[in-house]
Amino acid sequence: MNKYLVNLKVNNMPVSVEEGTTILDAARKLNLRIPTLCNHPDLTVAGNCRVCVVEVKGARVLAASCAAPVSEGMEVFTNSEKVRIARKHIVELLLSEHNADCTKCFKNGHCELQDLASEYRIGDHVFLDLVNQEYKMQDISSPSVVKDDSKCIRCQRCVRTCHELQGISALAVTNKGDHQRIATFLNKPLNDVVCSNCGQCINRCPTGALTEHNYIEEVWKAIYDPSKFVVVQTAPATRIALGEDLGLPVGERVTGRMVSALKKLGFSKVLDTDFTADLTILEEGTELLTRLKKALVDKDDSVVLPMMTSCSPGWIKFQEHMYPELLDNLSTCKSPQQMFGALAKTYYADKINIKAQDMIVVSIMPCVAKKFECERTEMRDSGYQDVDFVLTTRELAMMIKQAGIDFNKIGEEQYDSILGESTGAAVIFGATGGVMEAALRTAYEIVTGREVPFTNLNIQPVRGMEGIKEASIKIKNVKPEWSFLEGVDLNVAIAHGLANARALMEKVKSGEANYHFIEVMGCPGGCIGGGGQPIPTSPEIRKLRTDAIYSEDANMPLRKSHENPEVVEVYKNFLGEPLGHKSHDLLHTHYKPRKRY
Amino acid sequence: METKLKKVDIIFEDDKTSPITILEKTIKRSADEIILDLIDSGLKGRGGAGFPTGLKWKFTRNEDSDVKYVICNADEGEPGTFKDREILDRVPEKIFTGMAICGYVIGAKEGYIYLRGEYNFLLKTLQSKLNKFNGELKQKNIDFAIYLRSGSGAYVCGEESALFESMEGKRGEPRNKPPYPTVAGYNSKPTVINNVETLVYTTMICHMGPEQFKALGTNDSRGSKVFSVSGDTPIAGIYELELGMPLNQFVDEFGDGDTKAVQVGGASGHCVPRKKFNDTIIGFEGIPTGGSMMIFNSTRSMYNVLHDYLEFFTEECCGQCTPCRVGCQQLLKGIEAVKRGERSPSYLDDLKNLTTTMKIAAKCGLGQSVGNPFNSIIDNFREEIIY
Repeated sequence: MNKYLVNLKVNNMPVSVEEGTTILDAARKLNLRIPTLCNHPDLTVAGNCRVCVVEVKGARVLAASCAAPVSEGMEVFTNSEKVRIARKHIVELLLSEHNADCTKCFKNGHCELQDLASEYRIGDHVFLDLVNQEYKMQDISSPSVVKDDSKCIRCQRCVRTCHELQGISALAVTNKGDHQRIATFLNKPLNDVVCSNCGQCINRCPTGALTEHNYIEEVWKAIYDPSKFVVVQTAPATRIALGEDLGLPVGERVTGRMVSALKKLGFSKVLDTDFTADLTILEEGTELLTRLKKALVDKDDSVVLPMMTSCSPGWIKFQEHMYPELLDNLSTCKSPQQMFGALAKTYYADKINIKAQDMIVVSIMPCVAKKFECERTEMRDSGYQDVDFVLTTRELAMMIKQAGIDFNKIGEEQYDSILGESTGAAVIFGATGGVMEAALRTAYEIVTGREVPFTNLNIQPVRGMEGIKEASIKIKNVKPEWSFLEGVDLNVAIAHGLANARALMEKVKSGEANYHFIEVMGCPGGCIGGGGQPIPTSPEIRKLRTDAIYSEDANMPLRKSHENPEVVEVYKNFLGEPLGHKSHDLLHTHYKPRKRY
Repeated sequence: METKLKKVDIIFEDDKTSPITILEKTIKRSADEIILDLIDSGLKGRGGAGFPTGLKWKFTRNEDSDVKYVICNADEGEPGTFKDREILDRVPEKIFTGMAICGYVIGAKEGYIYLRGEYNFLLKTLQSKLNKFNGELKQKNIDFAIYLRSGSGAYVCGEESALFESMEGKRGEPRNKPPYPTVAGYNSKPTVINNVETLVYTTMICHMGPEQFKALGTNDSRGSKVFSVSGDTPIAGIYELELGMPLNQFVDEFGDGDTKAVQVGGASGHCVPRKKFNDTIIGFEGIPTGGSMMIFNSTRSMYNVLHDYLEFFTEECCGQCTPCRVGCQQLLKGIEAVKRGERSPSYLDDLKNLTTTMKIAAKCGLGQSVGNPFNSIIDNFREEIIY
């Protein structure tokens, strides 16, 4: 349908926009910035903070520009006296119920309310202090997310995130009036509710009400402890986003500088989760082919299809709460982070002659669910907690700043060996569709002996930001041992963001869909949009990060997991073969049903 | 005492014409004719906001949609208002009829009565009367049916868009406007939402023609209205009176001889002090009311009155928008601080400025109107607040 153009004036400047455009967007077209708090590009309009109010000529009341559509001949004023007074009042009101102990806040310097207070030079509070002392008791029950109601401004961005993007509603609005607050079910601790630990709420919280459970001090302590050998692993998606928190533009790849900074921070060895991402492909690809064989040849009813990926710990916990009946569909492969931890404290510790109990494994992750994952009791196959501490991309940026490292001026360095080698297939784990693409690059070649039939190995149908992607790949001219796959259409599906995952699971449950393999990433866009990534986030930002991931892949000399020489070596010298006995012990896991309340 | 007030008997009158007969007679006419009559009558919404009823129906009729709704707002929650309860109890068929006429006019097949949670004691009788009415509609091949919905006690759900949210099973929170209900109301479909009393007047205007209604009241405030009179009066109760009366006449009739102030329009309305009784007209040209008239005599502390109102709003605001959620708390705690001497009397002026922001920046009528009682009580009884 063609949309009409609407003509209006904002601050006496004429502008034409499509009907249905909000005043806020019309003003942006004129490069006028109207402050917002409850508004977020990923979420539906709330219009409840009222910071964005503007004056519309002839109107009785001010309009919330984020929610009000333009109309023909409208005259808008974004900075009239009325607007300024109201806006300042609103910021003062928000501050009056906000625990504004900014210097002690984890979000100090990264707070949208603080920015507004600074912009409006809010001096001594005019209004009375309304901060509820009870709210100052933080909920630190979750190893992933910390909730501090005394910092909450009730913008409900977290509520909309959890409902709209993730389909969970672990956080919701409760009570009314002065008792209104954002709470979990029956106000239970976050660790006791359906929270997936994805941390998407953190990414969208304008203040310090929701933050990651941070482990910076613990990691510093380990680094300074001469009796500890501290190895660090970095997830695929951290290397394309870390720069954002250190003054660089979105989408700038900083792999070499990140490695260099980690070495300067004092880590004993800087290794790469990408190595175990490649390893995951070997294990998971083999698991898929084995399941297909059992189902198609052996007619084994106990084999469950579609197989679903298991790299994303937010997705795993979601599945344990929401679809416990589908847990057997999950690949038994641990996530790359946990495969790394298990190998580091066994194979690697042996190689470098360090006792496992003296080794500390730190992960740099785009994720806060990984903090929960590393504490799962299943993740102690080395005899110790396989991964000791997980830091987000944001926490790493803080450590780099604390150490006085000028990130723009440091040189680039290479990952240490071993457990540092990787391929392009591993780095694309960071984007939605990436695990699928990496798996297909390897599985297709195992089965046919040929490369996947896509230009430059880029499997475009599984890429992109569509919520649920489907693809079908015809397998032809297979090797003799895979003859049962001859002519089979391999049906795959990919979902990112848990609301999309839920929609996909419903299709699977109803039998409407007939997939062999499903990739799910808990966060919108995959790990590049993870709950531990630099704030802010938006569709544009995630697009730029995704582009960076794929150019990282394109620039790698090796692009297929099975060609990673260190992976080949680990099988030869230690694991034996994929799904072998050692793999089973160290690299695979199981899941447990969880209640919804 | 001789009274100059004109008492009216339209709402509760019993002229033996059954409402269903009125309905049958009315729907023989064209929808446009009915709308013209309503516009001609000058009927404005009796919930308090006073939007012309005929126009509301016309706008909704003009919307192109297969599904539309008629909703009767029976969430009578304004402190001091209790006239809808009486109407629902005594003449519910007249409400049903108004809804059915509206359904005919706008092209709706479903109507809903959203009944205040605290009026649940009415549910049973209302439902049985409704069953009978719906049965008659079916018998007469009128494609319209009315259903009952119960609120759960939130004041804000009387705000029309919060009412829709509540009916849809969500948290009762007001929506952003536009779109207005005539375009996107219940289930995002074009919806007429009218107050209980308004719907009865539409029935009666259709029955008796606009002339008789129009002859009552003033230019801006046509017709009569049902008032809930309470407070320091020997004759508290429900009265249907001509609109546009001067407040002094009202006080002469209902006061106890010692009236200090009248709160017109409930907690969210205006407080009129004795010295302004002579100049105050009750109507849309003066001070409008959804029906509540609370009379205070000289024994009452206006600090306590305002404090009660602010406590009420602090608790009953939905909490979503900043100006209302935090503003109400600041006003309440602010007058307490002034009373205790912790803030200087001039702090009341800071708070008055704050109500200006609440009035223009709050999301819905609740937050926008808290300034009405606040300013009118502070301005007229400042010394009672401070000392």
